[in-house]
Amino acid sequence: MPVQKFKVTYIESTGQAHTVEVAEGWSLMEGAVKHLIPGIDADCGGACACATCQVYVAPGWEAKLPGRTDMEETMLDFAPEVKPNSRLSCQLRMCAELDGIVLNLPKVQHA
Amino acid sequence: MSGNIVIVGAGQAGCQAVQTLRAEGVDAPIIMIGDEAYPPYQRPPLSKAYLLGNFERPRLFLKADHYYPESGCELILDTSVTAIHRAERIVELSNGRKLGYDKLVLATGARVRRLKCRGADLPGVHYLKTIADVDGLQKVFQPGKRITIVGGGYIGLEVAAVGAKRGLDVTVFEAMDRLMARAVSPLVSDFYAREHEKSGVKLKLRAGVEAIEGNGKVERVIAGGESHACDIVLVGIGVVPCDELAVNAGLGADDGIVVDQNARTGDPYIWAVGDCTRHVGREGHEIRLECVQNAIDQAKHAALSMAGKPKTYSEVPWFWSDQYDLKLQIAGLARPTDSLVQRGDPATRKFAVFHLRDGKAAAVEAINAAPEYMIGKKLIAEGKTVAPEKLADLSIPMKQIA
Repeated sequence: MPVQKFKVTYIESTGQAHTVEVAEGWSLMEGAVKHLIPGIDADCGGACACATCQVYVAPGWEAKLPGRTDMEETMLDFAPEVKPNSRLSCQLRMCAELDGIVLNLPKVQHA
Repeated sequence: MSGNIVIVGAGQAGCQAVQTLRAEGVDAPIIMIGDEAYPPYQRPPLSKAYLLGNFERPRLFLKADHYYPESGCELILDTSVTAIHRAERIVELSNGRKLGYDKLVLATGARVRRLKCRGADLPGVHYLKTIADVDGLQKVFQPGKRITIVGGGYIGLEVAAVGAKRGLDVTVFEAMDRLMARAVSPLVSDFYAREHEKSGVKLKLRAGVEAIEGNGKVERVIAGGESHACDIVLVGIGVVPCDELAVNAGLGADDGIVVDQNARTGDPYIWAVGDCTRHVGREGHEIRLECVQNAIDQAKHAALSMAGKPKTYSEVPWFWSDQYDLKLQIAGLARPTDSLVQRGDPATRKFAVFHLRDGKAAAVEAINAAPEYMIGKKLIAEGKTVAPEKLADLSIPMKQIA
């Protein structure tokens, strides 16, 4: 069976939007990195060890995401400009429910 | 003058150099030469999710294939650089091609240290550094197989954890008297020893491997004078920097290519970054780091220097290891003379060990303890004095200690 892909829109802090397809099971961090979207550093490659893949989830999508784990919660504490809708995109997995999700990117990933 | 920037090595550090050069507005043509068949990829998942089969190969690659042509970076793979002619500013490739450079970056990485005992070259002896290594290991990494791991460091223990999870019969031989002795304090070593034993991994400490025997393939390992039957041997006894190219070109190198705080070698046209280098660390001692952090940060500093915006490299080193559901995060470099402060109880599988030097935080080892790690890293970077009794008191949140 071919891998299912779903749409994600990443919006840079400048307003530049990129709509791309991300394979089911991949993280939304990987989706951004593979499509060369500027604004996600992801130094550790998705191990939840660096807090450099922060995104702001657009209104309406937050409820469809699984809650933050303790690890994500505490790592986020140390990311720059954290907001209530902040998530670490390495911890979010693509699935049918998230088809069309919109993520805003912060200006910087390193505090 | 060619105008080219040539990068020798297509790993994490080389890839970061390309990214930062372009981000800093350097538009010279870049040529990156790698001796593996693949464009730059992440190595950390190799001994973890990729070996377990939970992470498909395309996910390892740091950039999409079209990144390189779009960034004006020519990738030459499956090819090594055989010589640097500094006077002419030319590198020679294994395919006979010669390339002129205006600036040269050595990002040659490290290679595995090989076992030298009798039988070390028998079929069935594996190492783990590249995609090809893991693909080879995976063919035999099957439930029920008996695997002997030589070396109780990060690589050996991550493979042990994956092996135990997949139902292999795992034995680890470590020559020192505790696990990860080079990287963590005794308390953390002992904690990991208990966790591995709980998962059925057999640990043999103070047990250096004397020989590997078998009829045409691995059948047993001789260690501590005893014979242990096995089907697979995985060796994880460290790496050595790939500095021969620099040595042969007369650049300063001694167990690593010597670079300054801008990742520059003694030759003003040559920089070196990542595992292949040796530099004076933020504490004033020469160090050689083998980690993603150093690959990324040193490459950034080299690129800044090439862009004419040099910045002193003084980032705090950080490391991580995933074994079972335990995330070990380390920041800073510990010394045996540091005083240790424990925060939290290992029995809860969530705790940290702080290393204090002259009253200041010098290193932290955090197990499933992100706040301790993140705040610890900050304290180390700032060089602040911290009260040990506060660190030891779980009722005081880390944020208040920062």
